[in-house]
Amino acid sequence: MNLPLTGRIKPDNSVLNLKEYQAAHGYEALKKALAMPPNDVVNMVKDANLRGRGGAGFNTGLKWSFVPQGEQSATPKYLVCNADEMEPGTFKDRWLMECDPHQLIEGMAISAYAIQASVAYLFLRADYNLSAKVLQQAIDDAYAANLLGDNILGTNYNLKFYLHTSAGRYICGEETALINSLEGRRANPRAKPPFPQVSGLFGKPTVVNNVETFCNIPHIIQHGVDWYKNLGIGEDAGTKLYGVSGKVKTPGCWELPIGTSVREILEKHAGGMQDGLKLKGFLPGGGSTDFLTEEHLDLAMDYGTIQKAGSRMGTGTMIILDDKTCPIGMVLNLTRFFAQESCGWCTPCRNGLPFVRQLLTDIENGKGRKEDLDTLLEYCGFMGPGNTYCALAPGAAEPIQSSLKYFKDDYLEHIEKGCCPYKH
Amino acid sequence: MANIEIDGKHYEVKEGENLLEAILGLGLDLPYFCWHPAMGSVGSCRQCAIKVYQDENDTRGKILMGCMTPAKDGMRIGLEEEQVSDFRDHCIEVTMANHPHDCPVCEEGGECHLQDVTIMSEHTTRRYRGKKKTYENQYLGPCINHEMNRCITCYRCVRFYKDYAGGKDLAAMASRENTYFGRHEDGCLESIFSGNLVEVCPTGVFTDKTLARSYNRKWDLQTAPSICQGCSLGCNIAPAERQGKIKRITNRYHGEINGYFICDKGRFAYDHINSDLRLRDCFVENEKTSYDEALQHTVKLIGEAGSCIGFGSEKASMEENLLLKALVGSKNFCSGMPAAREQQLKEVLNIYKNARTELISLKALEACDCILVLGEDLMASAPRMALSVRQATRNLSFELADQTRIPRWQDEAVRTLAQNERSPLIMATVSGSELDEIASEKIHAAPAQLTAFGFAVAASLEGKTCLPEIAETLAGELTEKAKSVAAQLRTAKKPLIIGGCSLNSLALIQACGQIATALSRARSNGTVFKTPVSFVLPEVNSLGLALLLDDHTLKLEEAVQKGSEKAAIFLRADIYKHLPFEVAEKMFSSISSGISFSELPNRTADKCKINFPAASFVEQEGTVVNNEGRAQRYFEVYAQANPSIKEGWRNLLNIAKGIQGSLAQAKPLAELACFDDVSHFVRNSAPVFSTWDQVAPDSKFRIAGMKIPRQPHRYSGRTSLQANIKVAENKAPEDSDSPLGFTMEGAPTQRPPALNALTWSPGWNSNEAINKFQDEIGGHLRGGDPGVLLLREKQGEDLQFSFTKAQSAELVAVSQSRLFDSCELTVLSAALVQRADIRVAMLGEATAHKLGIQDGDLINIKVGKDGISLPALIDRSVPENLVSIPNDIHTQNELSAALLPAPCQIVRAVS
Ligand SMILES: Cc1cc2nc3c(=O)[nH]c(=O)nc-3n(C[C@H](O)[C@H](O)[C@H](O)COP(=O)(O)O)c2cc1C
Ligand code: SF4
Ligand code: SF4
Ligand code: SF4
Ligand code: FES
Repeated sequence: MNLPLTGRIKPDNSVLNLKEYQAAHGYEALKKALAMPPNDVVNMVKDANLRGRGGAGFNTGLKWSFVPQGEQSATPKYLVCNADEMEPGTFKDRWLMECDPHQLIEGMAISAYAIQASVAYLFLRADYNLSAKVLQQAIDDAYAANLLGDNILGTNYNLKFYLHTSAGRYICGEETALINSLEGRRANPRAKPPFPQVSGLFGKPTVVNNVETFCNIPHIIQHGVDWYKNLGIGEDAGTKLYGVSGKVKTPGCWELPIGTSVREILEKHAGGMQDGLKLKGFLPGGGSTDFLTEEHLDLAMDYGTIQKAGSRMGTGTMIILDDKTCPIGMVLNLTRFFAQESCGWCTPCRNGLPFVRQLLTDIENGKGRKEDLDTLLEYCGFMGPGNTYCALAPGAAEPIQSSLKYFKDDYLEHIEKGCCPYKH
Repeated sequence: MANIEIDGKHYEVKEGENLLEAILGLGLDLPYFCWHPAMGSVGSCRQCAIKVYQDENDTRGKILMGCMTPAKDGMRIGLEEEQVSDFRDHCIEVTMANHPHDCPVCEEGGECHLQDVTIMSEHTTRRYRGKKKTYENQYLGPCINHEMNRCITCYRCVRFYKDYAGGKDLAAMASRENTYFGRHEDGCLESIFSGNLVEVCPTGVFTDKTLARSYNRKWDLQTAPSICQGCSLGCNIAPAERQGKIKRITNRYHGEINGYFICDKGRFAYDHINSDLRLRDCFVENEKTSYDEALQHTVKLIGEAGSCIGFGSEKASMEENLLLKALVGSKNFCSGMPAAREQQLKEVLNIYKNARTELISLKALEACDCILVLGEDLMASAPRMALSVRQATRNLSFELADQTRIPRWQDEAVRTLAQNERSPLIMATVSGSELDEIASEKIHAAPAQLTAFGFAVAASLEGKTCLPEIAETLAGELTEKAKSVAAQLRTAKKPLIIGGCSLNSLALIQACGQIATALSRARSNGTVFKTPVSFVLPEVNSLGLALLLDDHTLKLEEAVQKGSEKAAIFLRADIYKHLPFEVAEKMFSSISSGISFSELPNRTADKCKINFPAASFVEQEGTVVNNEGRAQRYFEVYAQANPSIKEGWRNLLNIAKGIQGSLAQAKPLAELACFDDVSHFVRNSAPVFSTWDQVAPDSKFRIAGMKIPRQPHRYSGRTSLQANIKVAENKAPEDSDSPLGFTMEGAPTQRPPALNALTWSPGWNSNEAINKFQDEIGGHLRGGDPGVLLLREKQGEDLQFSFTKAQSAELVAVSQSRLFDSCELTVLSAALVQRADIRVAMLGEATAHKLGIQDGDLINIKVGKDGISLPALIDRSVPENLVSIPNDIHTQNELSAALLPAPCQIVRAVS
């Protein structure tokens, strides 16, 4: 099987240093890209149909093409890597950064060249201490080898590259909040439009992409569009890091062709449910996606299929709910997280999530009322897409609304019995 | 224009304007919190949600935020659709989840936007079962109270305080539903615009602490249209009274001047009105007398003297000054100002009236994209103008936004895009000021150099090299800067020159005049370019008084001489402030009879034989002319019960009546019976006042036969207020001099702006109701912004001013404006005295070093025979060979500020 993203990672997960990376054809793609007109790089990525791995799945090359180019366009332009990875249940970027940092740096360098950025920032989750250490070493080594900095590989292309470690907020993963945070402002998202490609970091054109997204770039450049497209099984292109957490036999993260079925990921790679437990439901793409259930096991994990089933592929990292764990407890736990991480900018999220948290707490503690279920549903709509300033609250509403759909009986039982049946 | 449909009805609105603004502009109701007409949209509260269908094909529609959505032709909007009104209901439901709901004890109650929106959004039942969050409050100084529990996290406060007004010490802290708005630690808010938080905050978090000392609800406060007396800008205010005491002052919207905001001096400097120090009785030779007795004595004294000298004042109204001048006769009239200031004001008038200049309102100022400030520390001398200058520097960001197709009202996005890009602002002042931080160019120099700099800019505009004596005065670097400043003024879309009287320098004003002329020449091709100029003047009615000056007007020194031979009337004039001490003393040692009208004791009043207590500006009607030449009327806020305190104009008419037998010129005055008569007298007195009738409607004005009430229609306690004294209901005092009544009954709507101080509309109890009174949101008041511009429309000519080299001196003392202790009225504000800057003499490093002075040393600065002792503060921004002295009430008492700038000597006081 072709494993472009993780194929070079050593079995013991120790860092692949610059020498080793170069020995495995590392930085050849950069060289190749620097010899191409930047717009050709953009088009290649667009044609390869690489979709953003940060969660929204937007065509990466298309995003890049919105950056105004030409003499009259604003400079400097910025490239930002979103390595905030705080989505509950998500631990894929970390693997890439800790074990193969140069792949990311090379991907970012090529991308920066493509959009003609002169400065790149890598915005890293606060808690990722090992990643920070590994990345800084790799950046230093890349600078020393003239793979970053001025006149990269003698091509006249200059790129300053900074590692920025976050102060630790989930909202910093939202790209415009990330940009505000990078500027030293409060991590509130920004109004869109204007999109960052037009007015982003310090008001200048900026592209933000996810770690995994960038890691795909060198391979597309090196092996071409067709090769890349053929990696996927269904309608999407490339491979994808899929993860599974929850009470399965072997939780973990694997690179698989995009479009691999949920069942294969869950049963083959994660080893199936732990003994004595049954699958009750799962969040396919992290904490902010709608629940799916057993009936969805044979669906392909790609953007379109999962969306049609009423959820989102998100980050591609599943959280499994088993039949011995209280679904309301799980949803409450997630809601606590999202309420805690709300940036505080807009009302439906800032005050709506605590409102919902209160209802869920009451229900979980056996103090719920029947009408609370309608209220909960009302609130999911209230926090829905378009109603809030960014996607945090709509994301937070997804597990709640789908739990009401699939686990309504559990809710009713809590209310009727006046306690959590899973605990009593 | 865009045709849109709202709930089935068709309307025309401005294309691209945000829909919230459009909807409010149509007079419809839509709740909101975070949007502010002066600060634009940020889309945070989500309260203004509406259902929008993009065009006729759109059948599903979408909930969008009104404030974030540009109006587009063909849009259909549902305001009342269930889905969206449900959304707004949920929004307010969660907003109220943590709100303490302590309306009965909340100072905001009754004028609370949150109350209004809660009702407008039809939220009635509480479903939230959790506990409410609580916060600790902070001490924010003597002016503002802080009650964080009431916060609804709309971000308006920080957006005003930091983004709009440039403040540093208020921020949003923490996050989620724990976001906290306050300072990093307890302490007085630093911004001189902090008082606006009271009005900007839609809830009771920030409230007026000075009102809280003796609190009343808005509906219990009597109010009338008034004009701030704090500086020459003439911001419109609404002082509010209950039981004979002024309780607070709020902003009164004026589309061309203050808009939504005033400064803290304007808001909090009112204690002098209620002060125990106020003069409240008439005295004749230190004997308390009745008003009539004092009047008889006055008539007798003037009659015996045969004539009388009249000292007017920049702080007195037009009516008072003009009547005084008429009473004593032109030849016996003195402005009460020092000669130098008179000259400066005359020159300002000359430049305004005769040069190729355009007079400019604060609103128009905000559209200027290149501003040169010559010599004015605006934060102290014209604070509201400083706030407008700050907005003007944003013009570049609006241009960038236009280019990027970001609507100008998208506040966060525009600020993000522009970052620190600003339109040019050249601050040429004596020492550093807060505006320096947004200036593209900062120049700190002595007044003589600033003058030379101004002339150098003018020379460069005309493509000339500057005269050798200018070059000599200027450091080489400044000559170069003058060229670049000239180039910027030449190419700007709308340049502006700001000058003024703060540094007491005629030459500096002339330098502004010369720049105006040169710029007009440089930019006129075919059509004449009139250079926008604005001069900051010393007092509220300086320009009005200047309009009364003529060839006969006595110079202060002459008047003092003559006054000692005759009787003299001092109308709100303390001449000790403007004369060296011995000169003033000498006058009073020989004067036969001084008659003073004064609100507070002062040295001049002390020396007078007859003392009348003067009405404060809230106890009489009058007109003042602001720095732009706008005549504006203020009205009695409450009826003064004390018979000794009468309106200034009435006092003068009373004297005229008594004296008409012996003083010929008093005769016509004796025929004037009421304020309308006085107004006609003003109108007929000179062509410049020909439009005087339009300043405000006269006393006969009625709406459907009704007067305009000063009291809100919910004014309570009328029958019980005096119940401890007597139970019979008092008859409301009559007001035969204005169309306003001291009642709650009267015309409920359609009040002309000049007569309206009550901002209220059904469902809109807070000051946000102002939306209902404007012709467009944030625009003019419907019916026209109050006041009349006296100095408009003129051709203008090529006035030339020449540079005269100042005498060189080793060391020059300069007095610099102060905000919170600039006069005897402000220092009586218990809150503001605490906020006055420390009193120090500022010196540059080199000068201090040369004189062997260290920070904190007590130094004595001698100017002629006068002197003043102050601690030294070494400040790098102060130019060499200069010492800056605060022009505050203390300095004014010890050392006539009128003498400065002047050569001085400094000795270190032995400690
Ligand atoms: C609340 C919130 C948190 C997010 N966190 C992350 C994150 O940790 N990492 C990430 O790559 N994208 C995150 N995103 C998505 C980003 O906003 C953005 O879409 C993404 O970085 C774009 O990169 P891509 O196009 O490569 O996916 C988050 C979005 C939201 C609304
Ligand atoms: S939904 Fe609103 S409050 Fe929540 S994180 Fe986004 S912007 Fe902040
Ligand atoms: S303190 Fe007032 S203005 Fe500031 S966020 Fe809270 S409610 Fe809004
Ligand atoms: S700027 Fe001047 S007129 Fe306006 S409120 Fe302040 S002191 Fe009064
Ligand atoms: S007023 Fe529109 S979102 Fe707050």
